[in-house]
Amino acid sequence: MFRLANPNRFMQWSGKLLPVSAIATALLIGVGTYLALFVAPADYQQGDAVRIMYVHVPSAWMASFVYAVIAVSSAVALIWRHPLADIAARESAPLGAGFTLLCLVTGSLWGEPMWGTWWVWDARLTSVLVLFFLYLGYMALVNAFDDPTRGAKAGAILALVGAVNLPIIKFSVDWWNTLHQPSSVFRIGGPTIAASMLWPLLIMAVGFTLFFVTLLLLRMRSALMAAKLRAIRLQLSEA
Amino acid sequence: MEALDQFLAMGGYARYVWPAFGLAVIVLGGLSIESVVTYKKRQRELAAVEKLRR
Repeated sequence: MFRLANPNRFMQWSGKLLPVSAIATALLIGVGTYLALFVAPADYQQGDAVRIMYVHVPSAWMASFVYAVIAVSSAVALIWRHPLADIAARESAPLGAGFTLLCLVTGSLWGEPMWGTWWVWDARLTSVLVLFFLYLGYMALVNAFDDPTRGAKAGAILALVGAVNLPIIKFSVDWWNTLHQPSSVFRIGGPTIAASMLWPLLIMAVGFTLFFVTLLLLRMRSALMAAKLRAIRLQLSEA
Repeated sequence: MEALDQFLAMGGYARYVWPAFGLAVIVLGGLSIESVVTYKKRQRELAAVEKLRR
C-alpha cells in the first residue's frame, strides 16, 4: 500500500482511476435519484416525505465515514509521517463538512413534518452538530499556521481527539432517549426497512461514497501539484 | 400535466422534499465545481512554470 502512496505513483494510478470513478459516481447518483423520486413507494405513515431519507441517510453515513478517514489518515501521518496522509486528511475535510451540513439540514426538513419540530437538542442531533463544528475547527486550525507541516500536525491531533465523537453519534440512539429513530439498516438481525426502499438507499449510499472518492483523488492531485509548484518556484527564485 | 402537478406536489410535502434535494444538488455540485476549477488552475500554473524552467 505504501508503494501506491508514493506521490509519483499516486499521480499515475489516480489519473487513470479518476475518469472511471467520475462516470460511476454520476451513473449511481443519477439512478439512485431516479429510483428515490419515481420508483420507491411512499411510506404508509410518512407519505412522500420519506423520500428525504434518500439524501439524509447517505449523507449522515458519509459525515461519519469521512471523519473516520480523516482520523485514520491523521494517525498514519503522525506515526509514519507519510506526506500523502496529511494531504488526504486535509482534502477530505471540506467534503465531510459538506455531507454533515446536508445531513443536518435535510434532517431538519424531515423533522418538521414528522416530529413537529425543526430541531431538538437530543443526543443524536447534538452529536452530529458537534461533528460539523469539528470539521470547521479542523479546517480553520490546519490553515492557521504559516508552516503547513505544523498546521497538519495540530490538525491531526484535533482530528484524533475528536474521533471519540464517532461512537457517540453511532450509539446515541441506543444509549439515550431520543426523538431520532434507531438504525433500520445496520442492525443485529438484519435490516427492517422494505427492500423497495433499501435498494434505492444503498445505490445512493454507494454513489455518495464514490463521489467522495472521486473528489478526494481530484483534490489530492491538486494539492500535490500545488506542492510541486512551490518547489519549482523556490528553485527558480534561488537560481 | 396533472401527473406532473401530482408529482411536484409530493403528497403535500413538496416544501420539505424539494429543498432537501435542491440542497443536495447545491452542496455536491458546489464541491465538484470548486474542486475541478482548482484542479484546472493548478494544471495551467504548473504548465506555465515548467515552460519557464526550460
